[in-house]
Parts: sequence; structure tokens; C-alpha cells
Amino acid sequence: MHKEDQPLIFEISSPGRIGYSLPEIDVPEVDLADLLPEGYIREEEPELPEVSELDIMRHYTALSRRNHGVDSGFYPLGSCTMKYNPKINENVARYNGFAHIHPLQDETSVQGALELMYDLQQHLMEITGMDEVTLQPAAGAHGEWTGLMMIRAFHEANGDTQRTKVIVPDSAHGTNPASATVAGFDTITVKSNEQGLVDLEDLKSVVGPDTAALMLTNPNTLGLFEENIVEMAEIVHGAGGKLYYDGANLNAVLAQARPGDMGFDVVHLNLHKTFTGPHGGGGPGSGPVGVKEDLIPFLPKPIVTKRDDQFVFDYDRPQSIGRVKPYYGNFGINVRAYTYIRSMGPDGLRAVTENAVLNANYMMRRLAEYYGLPFDKHCKHEFVLSGKRQKKLGVRTLDIAKRLLDFGYHPPTIYFPLNVEECIMVEPTETESKETLDHFIDAMIQIAKEAEENPEIVQEAPHTTVIGRIDEATAARKPILRYQKEA
Amino acid sequence: MKHRYLPLTESDKQSMLETIGIETVDELFSDIPEDVRFKGDYNIKPAKSEPALMKELTRLAGKNADLKSHSSFLGAGVYDHYMPVIVDHVISRSEFYTAYTPYQPEISQGELQAIFEFQTMICELTGMEVANSSMYDGGTALAEAAMLSAGQTKRKKVLISAAVHPESKAVLKTYAKGQYIEVVEVPYKDGVTDIEALTELSGDDVAAVIVQYPNFFGQIEPLAEIEKLAHEHKSLFVVSSNPLALGALTPPGKFGADIVVGDAQPFGIPTAFGGPHCGYFAVTKKLMRKTPGRLVGQSTDDEGRRGFVLTLQAREQHIRRDKATSNICSNQALNALAASVAMTALGKKGVKEMAAANIQKAYYAKQVFKQNGFEVVFDGPMFNEFIVKLNKPVKVVNQNLLEKGIIGGYDLGRDYPELEQHMLIAVTELRTKEEIDTFVQEMGDSHA
Repeated sequence: MHKEDQPLIFEISSPGRIGYSLPEIDVPEVDLADLLPEGYIREEEPELPEVSELDIMRHYTALSRRNHGVDSGFYPLGSCTMKYNPKINENVARYNGFAHIHPLQDETSVQGALELMYDLQQHLMEITGMDEVTLQPAAGAHGEWTGLMMIRAFHEANGDTQRTKVIVPDSAHGTNPASATVAGFDTITVKSNEQGLVDLEDLKSVVGPDTAALMLTNPNTLGLFEENIVEMAEIVHGAGGKLYYDGANLNAVLAQARPGDMGFDVVHLNLHKTFTGPHGGGGPGSGPVGVKEDLIPFLPKPIVTKRDDQFVFDYDRPQSIGRVKPYYGNFGINVRAYTYIRSMGPDGLRAVTENAVLNANYMMRRLAEYYGLPFDKHCKHEFVLSGKRQKKLGVRTLDIAKRLLDFGYHPPTIYFPLNVEECIMVEPTETESKETLDHFIDAMIQIAKEAEENPEIVQEAPHTTVIGRIDEATAARKPILRYQKEA
Repeated sequence: MKHRYLPLTESDKQSMLETIGIETVDELFSDIPEDVRFKGDYNIKPAKSEPALMKELTRLAGKNADLKSHSSFLGAGVYDHYMPVIVDHVISRSEFYTAYTPYQPEISQGELQAIFEFQTMICELTGMEVANSSMYDGGTALAEAAMLSAGQTKRKKVLISAAVHPESKAVLKTYAKGQYIEVVEVPYKDGVTDIEALTELSGDDVAAVIVQYPNFFGQIEPLAEIEKLAHEHKSLFVVSSNPLALGALTPPGKFGADIVVGDAQPFGIPTAFGGPHCGYFAVTKKLMRKTPGRLVGQSTDDEGRRGFVLTLQAREQHIRRDKATSNICSNQALNALAASVAMTALGKKGVKEMAAANIQKAYYAKQVFKQNGFEVVFDGPMFNEFIVKLNKPVKVVNQNLLEKGIIGGYDLGRDYPELEQHMLIAVTELRTKEEIDTFVQEMGDSHA
């Protein structure tokens, strides 16, 4: 790759060039000054680029070449489930009858869309073991907040207004406490024990009459299954609280254990992780939420239901928390997830988890010799290593991550979870071959050796990317958040 | 079990099990307690081959009346617009759509730069100083604006115009419940926010005054007057705006808006049954560090080369955890990219031309309705939507229209009981004179 600057689209703009083809105005034109009030007609034109269609295509093609996706190479970013994004999903989502329908059309004219949503709800209910599902939340964090708002409404409906606390493990995703705050709860942290699991004694000491819910990822962010889930559910339910399942790690337990059977009352799913909606460079995602019977009345409205062979939106839900999003969720992503589930079937989904977990354990065992393994037991779909050994040699986990870029890999998640020093969190997913894993393992082993023999090469990495390490401190201290034309 | 997405062969598995030191894959799940172990198979539909599934889903999609084969006059926040063909070619580059959040700037310069350009374009259109990398949609962006306002002013009440999109209002009310914020609706009068009522409701306990521009009825709100009332009481002035309209209308930034939000769907994003679309969030420099979501900033690398990076992350949920004021994590990056490409294709001239075409065609349609005996309600200055009064339920009229290949307007009675049998009609640049004339003809004698 060439280390050179890619000009901003504004910098290749040239007055007079156009990149559009608008339909003609075939109606009599009126002077805008006669149609709009004084002071409301835009005077200064927005400084948008003036470029030709080829300029645009070259610009974005150049940008795409400066970007790494799953199709570019291995992307073992822990807790993000960067698996292959099937191409059939992209085709189906672009069918006119899915991509170009309006959310406010009469229900009778969108029966196909409603049928798909209904069937997806049914599939997700079976997969999670829950009694009803809403497809409205736009992403995982949005689903978390939706679920917590429902738990709050449930407690309030029972007169339990003192339940203001949400318990979150110290290894939890950052969104968990943030969602709790936005839903109006206070967060209490429960500690992990030396096995990396929630400390039952600590949990017992923090639950009480003020407990609204415990939020849990299972397997947790260390990639370990919370073996005491049954006891934990008893403790939380015994105190009158609800159990919330963060579905970010569902890829680990498909057809092995269902949140509903583990005792969870509310589940959110990240369809862009387990169910292959592409990550899109940061979104859009989709975060459906499933609930048990007693929480159904509080689901956001509307819900798709079936009445005499017709699919309809049910708005008549007096206890609903209301809307969490205009319309019905990220339908386009839901179409992709549905296509994926239908491509896999029950056997396929079982194999997804088996292979994802096998891949993770294989990598963990092969790397354990070279990196710290804080929890020496079978992992699920992901595992954590510690760069403590390398840190003593002056090579930080950040350096290891940057060095991996030189090998053409997206690095694992680093410095998370917070309870492991110099954490490296690896999630290979099931769509990667053994050869890919072996090549990555070889690179990690080489880096471990470099840390001992030639640490500078790691400390100064990356060496092959289009740009070196960026000065993030200056970016935050003197923010430049937009292009300004030079005067 | 063989599947095209699952590359491990039996011999791969065997050698991997040996490395791990176990006999069967099942042993890897031995830590799941027997009581909660799922036995058997999911009771879901069996897998289908690629061609069989495509056939089935093509048929399912065919059950929907789509905007490509119909002529649509339905808007109400989601519009059928010109989508430059190039947009889909760019967002189909899998380096973009199969990547995640650009946490590793060295291998994500493409995404980061594209977002930086998006931020710039949103600033240009709205007349604001700072824009973030996107929100889920216009509705949640508006709710986040209210939350930001409450936090910034330390006040717990927001005023929202009754002429703001009803679904955005509904979303705001749900978010407000979480944050114990009181939402007070300001009635409309003659199709725009009732200034007298707003004057009365305004006060030093109000965190934000929220209006939509153009509003849900398509009318142009008097932003200059509303701004004065908001700032008189040191409330924040929040404007939700269709960014396309800002190609022709004076941007909210010029009127002193503190926060401008909206949805970039009109720029290259398909209607997709309501999502995913692309919320945007723009603020004054003063509110920069309070902005929810991700921000991309410009910096340099160790050799002084220009580069882009996620910045001001101290605001975000993964750092602040329970101190965070927003929990947004995933956003709508790919749709922000789509909007950027569309805004780029349109450019400085095209965005103005397209906005003006909406005004012209909607104005023409409105005149034709009037000439054919329809009463146009709230006949003030508008962008691309207006309201006609009917003599029968909108649903009935729309069913007749559908048979003629026309998707009629929005039934305002759903949200405004006093506007029963009133249809909100959207006319974009894509509708031809012929389609408009046919539409009015087919509406026949349904005028009140």
C-alpha cells in the first residue's frame, strides 16, 4: 500500500461539475419568492462537493481500499461476532417488495412484509425460549434500554416503585450500565470471582427489595459460561428482581442453552452479530427483545400479530411502554437475519455454535503457551488472553494489536473486559477455516517472539498500513470535526 | 452437517479436538448445567437451498405493493426520492459493509474519512458547527436532543410542538419517562406551532423548545419567532429538519438553533418499511462535548500525515458506563455513507434543484386539487406536503387508489382526531405531472 493522503471529496470539487440526473420539472414553475416567506429562502448555498460520477466512484473506491472488513480478512474482534455476511442476504434485502415499501402503507398492501416479521418473531421466540418478541429496537444498546424500560413498567404496575437498582457484573459490556442509567436506574456492580464468574456471595449481598434486575451476558465477556446460572436466577427472582439477558454472545449457545430455559425474563439479540446482518462500519444493527409471559403487556407497540389469516399491527396495548423507535424497527436488517436463519435451519444453527466454540478453544489452547491464560478452562465462542508477560518486556497489548495490522488482520478486542490486565479478547466465529486460524496463531506466536527478541518492531507497529498511529490526544484536545474551506 | 458458511471439515475437527485434548465437541459444553441444557433441535423451519429460498422470498416480497411499481403520494416522514444509482454501488463495497466501528484507525481510514465528510455535509446543510456520525433515526435523535437539553439546562421539562411527527413525539415520551422529563405539547394553529400558546407555556423551567421544520403537515414553521421565545427563557432551541428541504430553506442554524436533528433518509436511503434510515445530530460548538454518539476528528500520524480517528470518546458509554448520558453504541454508519454519496452526487447545485423541484411539484398538485373542488387545509407556505379534506375515510379512498396502482396519502385521523378524513399528501421530485393529474382524477368526488 502507498502511504499517501486521500484528498477529501471537498478538495477535488470543481465549480460547475455535476454528478446527478434529476427528473425534469414538467409542471409550470412559480418563483420561489412567491411560495416561501421572506427570510426563509436559503441564500448561502451549502458547500457540498461538485464532482462527476466517476470522481465519486473513484473517491469511494479509494476509501474502501483504506478499510478492512470481514471480506478483506480475519476479524477476530471479541464480543462483536464478526462472521461472514452472506451475500444472499444483501440480494433479498434489496428486493423491491422489501426495500421500497413505505411504513405507513395500508396493512393489506404489505402482507408479505408483515408475514416475514411475524415469522421472524416466531423463530426468535423458539431460539431464545421466550414467549413474545418485538423487532422494534434498532441495535443492541437500544434493546437493552427497551428491556429495562419494560422491567421498570412491570415493577411500577405492581406498585414496586422502590426497585431502582440494576445489578451489573464488573465484566459487563459498557452499554449495560449506560442503558440502566438512561432507563432511570442506578447501577450496582457485582464482582467476579477468581474463576471469572459472578461471585454468588457478592450477588446475595447486593440483591434486595430495591433490586429491579440483574443484567447478564452468558457466556460472559470472558467467554465463560456462568455455570451457576440456576442459583443466580433463584437469588434474583427470590428477591423479586428480573433477569436480563444481553444477547451479544448468543453465538456461543445456539441449540445448546436457551436464555428462557436459564431463567431469563428479558432477552435482547444483536441480529447484526449472531444472525449476520452486516456491521456496516458501525451500523445499522437490529436489537429485537424477547420476554416471558408476565412482561408481554409492556412490550413496545405495535406488535405484529395474525388475525384470521391476515397479518396486522396490534396497537391496542394499554400497558405498553410506548414506542422506542418510529415505525417497526430496522426492517432491512431483520430481512437479512430472517434470510440467514432460513438458510441455516435447526441443524445449521446448532453447527454454528459447535464450530464457533471449537474454533475458539483450538486457538486458546495453541496460544496459551505464548500468552497469559487467566482462566484455564474450556471457553465458549471467545476467550481472553493477557499480555502481562509481554508488558514486562515493554510491549503493551496495544502494540501487539498494532503489530497484527502488519499481518493483515483486524486485531482482537483489547483492554476489555476491564477485570483482566492487558486483556486480549479473541472471537474467531464459525465461518473461519482452520487454515485461517493457524495463520493468525502463527502471527501471534511470531509477535510473542518479537516481543522478546526485537521489541521495537512491535512497539513501533504498524509498518505497512496507509497511515501510522494517530495522535488521539491532539484530536481530542483541539477537535477538528469537519472540513473548512480555506478562506 | 455441511454448509457453505461452515468451512471446518471432519478431519479439521478431529485434529482440533486432539490439540484441545478432548474427544468430542460436546465436551466443550459440559459446563452448561444439565437442567438448562437444550435438548433436541429448534422447532423452526428446515434449511432451504440458496435458489429455493430466493424463490420463496421473491414471492413473499411480491405480496407487497412497492413504490417502484406504484406511484406514491405517501410521505409523513419517509419519502420516495431520487436515489442516484451510484449510491448502492458504493455501499455494496464490502470493505465498508463488512467492517465494524472503526476502532483501529490505521485500517479504517476509509470509513473514518467518509464519516468525517458526512459530518461536514450535515453541518453545511443545517448551518451548524458540529455534527455526529449518525443516530438510529430522526425520532430517537429528537429524543436524545431532549435528553441533552435537560442535562445541559438542569431542567426537567420540554415543550414540543403538536406539529412534530407523531411517532417522534411518541418515542420522545418513552425516553422522557426513563429520565423523569415532563413532555408538554404545544398546540398548533393554522398548521403551525401556536405562538400564543407557546408564549404562555414558555418559562424558566423549560429545557428545550422542540419544533419540526418543515413540520409534520408540510408547513414552514416561523423559526425566527420561536427562537426568540426559547432563548428568552434560556431554553435550548431544538429543530427537527428534513435535510433535503434545507437545500431550499434557510437552515435552522441561521435562526439560532442549538440542536438540529432529523433523518437523512431523503438522501439515497430506501424507505425499507421504515428502517434502517439514518438519524443525524448537529449542535453548536458549545454543546460539542455533550453530543451523543460517535464523532470522527482529524489529526495526524507519527509522521505528520493527515488521518482521522474516533474522538472525544470520554462522552461515550463504553468509557463512562453508568455516568453516560446516552447509551448509543451501534449507529447507522452504512446509511450515513449512503447519504454522503447521495449528497455528493447532488452536490451544491443538485440539492438546491431537488429541493426546489419538491416545492414546485407539490405546489402544482395543491393547485390541481383546489381546481377540482378539494379543500386544502392549512394553506400556508410548505415544502412537499399539504393536506386535503375528504368526504369519506382516508382508508377507503386509499383502497380505491391502490387498485389503480396509486399509493395514496397519510390518514391524519390516526394521530389527530380533529383531522379525521384528512389526507396528508406528499409530492416529491419523482412524481410527474401526469401522475399528479391522474392521482387527482382518481380521487374523484371524494372532496368534502
